[in-house]
Amino acid sequence: MLVISWWLHLKMLAVSAFEGVFQVIWPLFFATTAFLVYRQADDPQVMVYAGLGAAVMGIWSVIATTASGVLQRERWLGTLELLVASPTRFALILVPITTAMATLGLYSLGSTLLWGWLLFDISVPVADPFLFVVSVVASILSIALIGFLLSVSVVRYRTAWALGNLLEYPGWLLCGFLVPLTLFPTWAAWISYVLPPTWGMEAIRLSASGDSPWAQVLVCLGLGIVYGAVGALLSETVLRSARRHATLSLT
Amino acid sequence: MSGDITTSLRIFFVGGLISFRALFNWLSPWIYIPSLLIAPIFQILLFAYIGRSAGIESDAFFVIGNAVQYSAIPCLFAMANTIAGERSTQTLGIVLSTPARRIPLFLGRSLPVVVNGFFVSMFSLVVGSLLLGVTIPRSAWLPLALVVAVAAMSCTGLGLTNAALGLRVRETAVLSNVLFGVLLIFCGVNVSLDALPDWMAAVGSWLPLTHAIEAARELAAGDTLGSVAGLIGREVGLGMLYGGVGLAALRWLEIEGRRSATLEVQ
Repeated sequence: MLVISWWLHLKMLAVSAFEGVFQVIWPLFFATTAFLVYRQADDPQVMVYAGLGAAVMGIWSVIATTASGVLQRERWLGTLELLVASPTRFALILVPITTAMATLGLYSLGSTLLWGWLLFDISVPVADPFLFVVSVVASILSIALIGFLLSVSVVRYRTAWALGNLLEYPGWLLCGFLVPLTLFPTWAAWISYVLPPTWGMEAIRLSASGDSPWAQVLVCLGLGIVYGAVGALLSETVLRSARRHATLSLT
Repeated sequence: MSGDITTSLRIFFVGGLISFRALFNWLSPWIYIPSLLIAPIFQILLFAYIGRSAGIESDAFFVIGNAVQYSAIPCLFAMANTIAGERSTQTLGIVLSTPARRIPLFLGRSLPVVVNGFFVSMFSLVVGSLLLGVTIPRSAWLPLALVVAVAAMSCTGLGLTNAALGLRVRETAVLSNVLFGVLLIFCGVNVSLDALPDWMAAVGSWLPLTHAIEAARELAAGDTLGSVAGLIGREVGLGMLYGGVGLAALRWLEIEGRRSATLEVQ
């Protein structure tokens, strides 16, 4: 059920020109700016660092900007009550949707790597393609679970999309996509450590360079499951409240 | 004659303010604070830390560049909403069927946008400076405020052109985001024009914000207002150019929209 649901939502999202084009182009603007800044350092290794980080940050963008509006979107489509009324647990309905959204980030990952290679001559070496793919998949899954938590956390706010948009920059900053964590104050680095993409990004870098990423992959998935569990508990509470107050279909 | 002027002034000030309040639900604090006050601070922090990581430029460089550039969000989106918002509430036809003169009608809508863009940039400049410990001389703040106001004005000129395109392009949010991204890359926001490829620097010199950002950096470095007068003049000129193109395009596309009955196509 999870896989079929994920695949159906992925197909629906993939036919949206708005979602597809925008999820590719928007992160590219920031990736290009970052490349132009790092290019001045005149260090090929730094460009590889920036190229890989910029490629992955699109996955975070997709979730930050769209997951907060998942339930509102279903509400507008008139399908929220049907989803809630179905015998399947609500969490199991939402997770495939946010996973499909995070998967769309692969567009951004591929296009940013290509963009960096074509325009900035950044060639990202991938020493172990299998572990690289494992690291990317783990990152997508854990980011999707954050998106799930986000989607149920903000369901009571009609302007949740604004909050979602707000999370894009902090995620780019704190997850180590473009800036090493060592530059942050200690308190900020601790916030980074409880964010699964930080570990996912680290795993991707390690696998690309040929080191073992398994520890980082496990931490990334473990943290993602924690976020997912909190989201599942919260979704039940939110649903009970919405049913009690008859607010499920209010837009 | 005086009646015409009074009507035009009323459309400009009262109509502009009412339109701004009606069309922009981001006046809600739940949207305004995250979108226009917190987000620019994180943009500043992101690029300041990228700069630190790359070991180039100072924090002041990134604070000023990004604070001034972020006025593009309110200026571009608000002006695009002048058309898109009316269309979505199905009032565009009513607005364009009135005998109101178009220049006060659309310029009136741009005045609150300029004020808002100015406020967003100044807020970002002050808070960004405090967070990153950037010291700007006290004597520079007043000239800086003038430059920021000019930047907001010129970017709103581009916003008018953006609004005109909204008569043809349905996805105005995408268009505004793309323009924002172009300004981010080409205007010397995070990479000085000297460090950009020549063709990019050439494009940047014809975009709003570029000269204002350069002037603001020079003022923060201790230069006088007189020494950046040329840059401010160019910024004003570009703002008027884009504003003029925008008003002409609005008129032309309105006529085309009437002819092809596409004004209210959602």
